[in-house]
Amino acid sequence: MELFQLYITLFLVFFKIGLFGFGGGYAMLPLIQHEVVNTHNWISVSDFTDIVAISQTTPGPIAFNSATYIGYTAVTNGGFGNVEGIIGSAICTLAVSIPSLILMTLVCLFFVKLKKNQWMQASLSVLKPAIIGLIAAAALMLMNNYNFVDYKSWIIFAVVLLASIKKTDPILLIALSGVAGLIIYR
Amino acid sequence: MKEYWELFLVFFKIGAFTFGGGYAMIPLIRNEVVNKRNWLKDEEFMDTLAISQSIPGPMALNTALFVGNKRRGFKGSLLSGLGIILPSFIAILLIAIVFTQFKENPVVERIFKGIRPAVVALIASPLLSLGKSARISWKNAWIPVAVALSVWLLHVSPVYIVLAAISLGILHLFYVKQRIKR
Repeated sequence: MELFQLYITLFLVFFKIGLFGFGGGYAMLPLIQHEVVNTHNWISVSDFTDIVAISQTTPGPIAFNSATYIGYTAVTNGGFGNVEGIIGSAICTLAVSIPSLILMTLVCLFFVKLKKNQWMQASLSVLKPAIIGLIAAAALMLMNNYNFVDYKSWIIFAVVLLASIKKTDPILLIALSGVAGLIIYR
Repeated sequence: MKEYWELFLVFFKIGAFTFGGGYAMIPLIRNEVVNKRNWLKDEEFMDTLAISQSIPGPMALNTALFVGNKRRGFKGSLLSGLGIILPSFIAILLIAIVFTQFKENPVVERIFKGIRPAVVALIASPLLSLGKSARISWKNAWIPVAVALSVWLLHVSPVYIVLAAISLGILHLFYVKQRIKR
């Protein structure tokens, strides 16, 4: 019964994330963090950061990756086994995708040139700059004592930020900072 | 039947070979869908992207669903959607199962101590170029600043931010129209 309730909550939370996750990718991070870290305490902030790191180095969009990962971890952290965890991760992954499926089906049914529709344009006119604010919030929310343990963390941050603005491959940057961590944190 | 399978396979491949998601996937999807298979014309593809960005959810999923629906209706979108979801689902599930056992390992912990600030930098780095493409100026710069501060410091749920932003945009157009009438 307890497991069933957890499944329902996971489904509802990830459905909500799929429904309000405009802008995709990083813009969805504050919403995911707000729900799974702050509201439901399924995982810690540093776990959440690790998921983002893993998402960067594995295929697929961040929203799926975190749904799959959190579905499994939330269930196994709740004291349930592997199989229950896998079911949990399938539930979250489907839940985060269903809003897109419904909306896309509607869009394809009523294919009025949405792009040129003035009301559509109007609703996006404030949403687009707001999405940039959401991405900034994603970065700010992760700048905490768990992820930045000392001044060396800030050096890594500054170097990676510059290299990434210069279009260095993110996977390479993550690998290099992993090596850096291994060397400097003894 | 054959085309359902093809839809599934094409998007499975795209899902399996794009790292980092989002914008990194666009050239690959375009190559498969426009250049190789002629499922969409280039102009249609641009419209697809615009629509995918205008509705919630990951852009790669939205694009896959749109192409699937265009080719073979609702069932087509189910298969293209499953195709793009499955590779990352399998990969992350394996990682989740393995990683939860190695997380406490001191070597893994050292590696992730180095990686965590790098991830924050990767999230922050596209802000400048995104600001340019969203035409942020002195007039509307208050929007991202207000959003970032209220989510970060006041813990406002992004759900309310999205709802408020959509309402504000529509109200603004409504106001402009009223003024033109008079």
